[in-house]
Amino acid sequence: MAVAERYQSIEEQRRWEGSFDQLRGLVSERAITGETMLLNMGPHHPSTHGVLRLLLELDGEQIITCLPDIGFLHTGIEKSIEDKSYEKALPLTDRMDYLSPMSNNMVYASAVEKLLALDVPERAQIIRVICLELARCASHLVWLGTHAIDMGAMSVLLYAFRERERILGMFEMLSGQRMMSSYIRPGGVWRDVPADFLPTIKQFLADFPAKVDDYEALLTRNPIWKDRAQGVGVIEPDIALAHGMTGPALRGSGVNWDLRKAQPYSGYETYEFNVPLGEHGDVYDRYLIRIQEFRESMKILNQAVARLERVQGPYRSENRKYCPPLRSELGQSMEAVIHHFKLWTYGYDAPDDEIYCAIESPRGEIGCYIHGTGANKPRRVHFKTPSFMHISALPVVSKGYLLADMVAIIGSVDIVLGDCDR
Amino acid sequence: MGVSEKLGNLGVVTTTVEQAVNWARTGAMWPLLFGLACCAIEYMSSQASSYDLSRFGMELNRATPRQADLLIVSGRLTRKMAPVVRQLYDQMAEPKWVISMGDCASCGGVYNNYAIVQGVDEIIPVDVYIAGCPPRPEQLLHGILTLHEKVKGERIADWA
Repeated sequence: MAVAERYQSIEEQRRWEGSFDQLRGLVSERAITGETMLLNMGPHHPSTHGVLRLLLELDGEQIITCLPDIGFLHTGIEKSIEDKSYEKALPLTDRMDYLSPMSNNMVYASAVEKLLALDVPERAQIIRVICLELARCASHLVWLGTHAIDMGAMSVLLYAFRERERILGMFEMLSGQRMMSSYIRPGGVWRDVPADFLPTIKQFLADFPAKVDDYEALLTRNPIWKDRAQGVGVIEPDIALAHGMTGPALRGSGVNWDLRKAQPYSGYETYEFNVPLGEHGDVYDRYLIRIQEFRESMKILNQAVARLERVQGPYRSENRKYCPPLRSELGQSMEAVIHHFKLWTYGYDAPDDEIYCAIESPRGEIGCYIHGTGANKPRRVHFKTPSFMHISALPVVSKGYLLADMVAIIGSVDIVLGDCDR
Repeated sequence: MGVSEKLGNLGVVTTTVEQAVNWARTGAMWPLLFGLACCAIEYMSSQASSYDLSRFGMELNRATPRQADLLIVSGRLTRKMAPVVRQLYDQMAEPKWVISMGDCASCGGVYNNYAIVQGVDEIIPVDVYIAGCPPRPEQLLHGILTLHEKVKGERIADWA
């Protein structure tokens, strides 16, 4: 009866003797005396976007204190990576920010490339930009659907996921997997784009702008949506900067900071696009920014697709010490067989050095810190993730708003708990 | 043979209580609105337009375990989350079923480390396991249909 024994120990864990002494200093004295109400929100709650727990102190419906409790999805990914060679750690990074695995692949791959001083061919950079922008659209589509459901607009999700399926179909075409693609690898991408990819993405690019207009028709001028979103969850620019917020949550407050412009990577400096900025820093502005980002991503994608047709060449670095040889070479070249064997059994050594590399994920700045050992495994890998920063700002941002607004605020800063807890 | 033959084509169906109840239970198995990690996103895809779980009477997710029949454990279960999942399962009313969606929920998946419970069956009984990381929506549908087959085979004697 393993289940029953297990159940016993769980029962013991669950029996938390609720003493207010633990909360003293965290909530106001009024909560201790029972004047205000302590409310537990999550970890099982439909609107916390995963397994976030919030301890709220409420005066009526007004939020006095908000204490986030994270770690319900702590997976030990950083620790697990320490025991894997560099290439084999990549699939673990997919599962951090599971709404845009491509961004995680990209930041990890860029960090490894920086550590190894590995060059990425131009064609690979273009494919990467296409993947990253598609991932941005896919991630924003989930955000749009769930955010709208949280605020009571049920049908938007069905429209948003209709388009998301097409993006996932393209990812499957590239990598064989819908979500956890592991497609962007150190040195380039896993394989070249298949022949039917370009017609598919062109068709998507032709269709998608009209769909974005449809989403806007449902929400942008909807009076209920405006009532719920305007003037709610205002983040002042200095607060946002002080808490290390990035991405649409920061740009909603009018701070012009986008790593694609500020520290371009993968050739972003050669694409023409704008960085949409908000004025008021409220939920509504953050919504508008993400809608605008769909359109800006379309601009980038159109340029990248045109460029991909023009630029031929390798899709992965030719440096065989770090990148596996082509399958076709294995039957003819002894050298290729040796490299292949070496790469898939041992991996490669990286210098004893520490580097940090950051890119703009759909949620904000995602960074990867790697400390090499000189051997084939890293000493430490750390990810600086936007959701963690955004959750740390929640107590400040939500103070004084109503309980129902909390749902709107969580949705609008767009947190992913896998991204936060890792 | 028997009654059905004598009645002829009168628009009457004869069956057993067991079959009728089991058939009804598969028709509207309300899942708990509950997601843990990546698999929850594929679960959402299954519910959205392209895969449309409402074909199986499952479009209605209940946010409270009291009104749910089916717990789909979608994603990796951490040690911190395990007591919560157990509590949710305990709060569900009988009859209740559990689907373990994805490799992490079924066996820990790629994470054999300090943080992850190596399979949700360590804390709650599981009816159907679905492999995949994450499983495609088709795989989830197949898992749900497999559960329906299982439910249709349940015996009166086993009803609690």
